[in-house]
Amino acid sequence: MELIAEIVISLMLVIGGLFGLLGSWGLVKLDDTMRRLHAPTKATTLGVGGVLIASMIYFAVFLDRISLHELLITAFLLITAPITANFVAKAHMHRDVKERDLPKTGGEYGWAGYDEIGDSEQPIDTK
Amino acid sequence: MLGAILRRVFPHPQLTAFLVMIWLLLVNTITPGNLLLGVILGILIPGVTQPFWPDRPRVRRPLRAIEYILIVLWDICVANVAVARIILFKSNADTQSRWIVVPIELRSPEAITILAGTITMTPGTVTAMLSADAGHLLVHCLDTDDPDAVRDEIKDRYERRLKEIFE
Repeated sequence: MELIAEIVISLMLVIGGLFGLLGSWGLVKLDDTMRRLHAPTKATTLGVGGVLIASMIYFAVFLDRISLHELLITAFLLITAPITANFVAKAHMHRDVKERDLPKTGGEYGWAGYDEIGDSEQPIDTK
Repeated sequence: MLGAILRRVFPHPQLTAFLVMIWLLLVNTITPGNLLLGVILGILIPGVTQPFWPDRPRVRRPLRAIEYILIVLWDICVANVAVARIILFKSNADTQSRWIVVPIELRSPEAITILAGTITMTPGTVTAMLSADAGHLLVHCLDTDDPDAVRDEIKDRYERRLKEIFE
């Protein structure tokens, strides 16, 4: 039982480490800010996820108590990763991307944040 | 009378329950003292933050929400492998990155936030912008030769389910 647990834990740690490394490698290798965003938002999630699963199994099998901190970390990570990515994307687009380079919205209004339409036409309540 | 007092103390019962749960997870042990402290926090925090959530999201089908979470978790695993393969085996010149415009029918801000987050976490796509009337999402796709298929998948796999959960 302990041997199986040890194997599973090591496997999870290795998988987690590999994906963490891949995420960082992607950040270096890809050549455009928007492309670079893909690597850390995704590959790293599974990287941290693997380590967290390993940690939960370790506490459950070897220390005989169930640790739930990992679930919280997972939840916070899943909530914050997309928001961070969105803010990095927004900051990048404000600096380097013109609205005319983007596809049209297909609706009456342009993309939020590009205020080429007048303030009076800007809907305040975005619902 | 009793109902009014209850509504005063628990303006947002789900948030209270959620905060108690988070607190118990944070301290990692369940004792009466921790439970009491959790309940106190669960009453104080919704009371203080009430002005920030004038409209609260209504989850109409909690079971569907659980199904949605499981699907997204699975897709995150798939996404990781897919992006890892692109990073490892595709040269930058071969990778066809594109912008995709996704028209959205969801209206509640919470549902749109969840959809945008889901798109970022799942295969090869990152949400970048929302249109000013909240009717379209601008999504960046890492590698695709068929942008329409990606758009349809987002609409069918995630938006349809979120619509069932929230509206």
